[in-house]
Amino acid sequence: MRVEHASARLVHDYARGGTGMAADELWALEAHLEACGICRERLAAAVATEAPEITALLGAVRSDLDSRLDAAAPAPKRLRRRARLPRWATPVMVPWLAMTAGLTLIALLLDFLNPDFGEVSPVLLLAPALPLAGVAAAWSPGLDPAHELTSSAPRAGLYLLLRRTASVLTVLVPVLFAGGRLTGVTVAEWLLPTLAFTVAALALGGAIGVGRAAVVLGAVWAAVILAPALATQRTPLALRPDQLPAWALLLALGAGIVIARRGAYSVLRNPR
Amino acid sequence: MTTGKDDCMTPATGAADIAPKNYAWEIRATALKVRAGRRRIAVDGPSLSLGTGAHGLLGPNGAGKTTLIRTLATVLRPAAGELELFGTSVSGVGDQRAVRRRIGYLPQEFGYYKRFTVREFVEYMAWLKEVPGSDIPGAVQRAVERVGLADRADERMKALSGGMVRRAGIAQAIVNDPAVLLLDEPTAGLDPAQRMRFRELLQELGRDTCVVVSTHLVEDVAAACSDVLLLAAGRLVFQGTPEEMAAAGGPGHPGDSPLERGYSALLRNSERKEGTW
Repeated sequence: MRVEHASARLVHDYARGGTGMAADELWALEAHLEACGICRERLAAAVATEAPEITALLGAVRSDLDSRLDAAAPAPKRLRRRARLPRWATPVMVPWLAMTAGLTLIALLLDFLNPDFGEVSPVLLLAPALPLAGVAAAWSPGLDPAHELTSSAPRAGLYLLLRRTASVLTVLVPVLFAGGRLTGVTVAEWLLPTLAFTVAALALGGAIGVGRAAVVLGAVWAAVILAPALATQRTPLALRPDQLPAWALLLALGAGIVIARRGAYSVLRNPR
Repeated sequence: MTTGKDDCMTPATGAADIAPKNYAWEIRATALKVRAGRRRIAVDGPSLSLGTGAHGLLGPNGAGKTTLIRTLATVLRPAAGELELFGTSVSGVGDQRAVRRRIGYLPQEFGYYKRFTVREFVEYMAWLKEVPGSDIPGAVQRAVERVGLADRADERMKALSGGMVRRAGIAQAIVNDPAVLLLDEPTAGLDPAQRMRFRELLQELGRDTCVVVSTHLVEDVAAACSDVLLLAAGRLVFQGTPEEMAAAGGPGHPGDSPLERGYSALLRNSERKEGTW
């Protein structure tokens, strides 16, 4: 198919500003120019010869802009990883997670430096209480400055809380795993109580706020696990291997409550 | 000529943009009661119907403005009464994700992570508001430009002045192109020039958005709002245009402008009816 191109007269008139052209001619020409590269090239050549003042103006603008564009700093190449991190853990959780990991290491050191501490392993003692601090920092108005903004967002609620809890456990579980291997505690012995305490914090948090739930459970831990261990220098009853089914039951119960009350996490707990 | 690249530059029209509007009012509340703390009823039975436009929420300190705004933001649950946003009831326990996606909210004192840059903060909020991932950079840039922070977008929040932090807060509120925008004391900490600019933005937003601005500055309302709500002790004392509010005041009432005189006249009337003072 042969395409008809615009006449030289039309192109030259257009380059001069097109003031004398009929409206229909102007429309037809512009429609053709939009689609036809050959005629745009002819127009460019025509502008250079017919309207040198336009070329000069464009040149001046470009040289003015060039210097300024050179001075403008390009947008910094940002690490995508950095932008993704807060989707899993807020910046306020980081010091708490670091503290948790540090505590585990201290417990390990204690275990090695003081072998006659009794038969009880400090890692095992500490494990249930460790996730509480991180979980509290993840979802409480007192510790998270952006909690009000977060809780008004569509993503707020159990989903986001579980995401943040998952990041707490991601930091904690490998450290505890290493500690458990070194001190000879089996995985189930520390993992089940840890998970049960975490889920209990979430379940109780649905009713009284996650921060307060962490405090309550911390007290429970001190009373049921820490105090008997310090008093008797032996593994407390609650952490004996034969109690594992009870921990599993507690874990299942907590998970059930969390799922049943999943709507409770998207509103603020304590109105200020 | 459209190329694939050009298509990416212009925001695509989504299903939400062309969906028919099947509700009469963006915000509809009937005999709304909200508790603040254990016992105190902070919002005591106002009934509201708010549509597109800028609505100024006025009232003395402690009148329940913040509690009302937080309830509208679905952060607090009403103790009694009915609240509908976009024709959907939000007073019960239910999934509010779809409603929250269309809300922008700036709390009175909003916390943020100090190490974040403005862009990271607004990006993070856009993610929390479930803005599609591919739209986030563009939406963030538009929001930051609208509040005039484009040149400071890559500075850390802790390096900003109070007024700039507030503008960053407004940017996060508008980043998801909300249909209901709730601003609690947005002009606090802004200097006079920024306040003028903010009023322009408010007028612009009020053309296609239902904006509720709480403030204690009567002149903000006069300049930017088409509708005034006056709250006293949790009750709705007056709803009307700024002109109607000005007409309520006489020369005997305290105030420097007709609007301030109308404000104090309406407040005084409400107190007399209550018989508290």
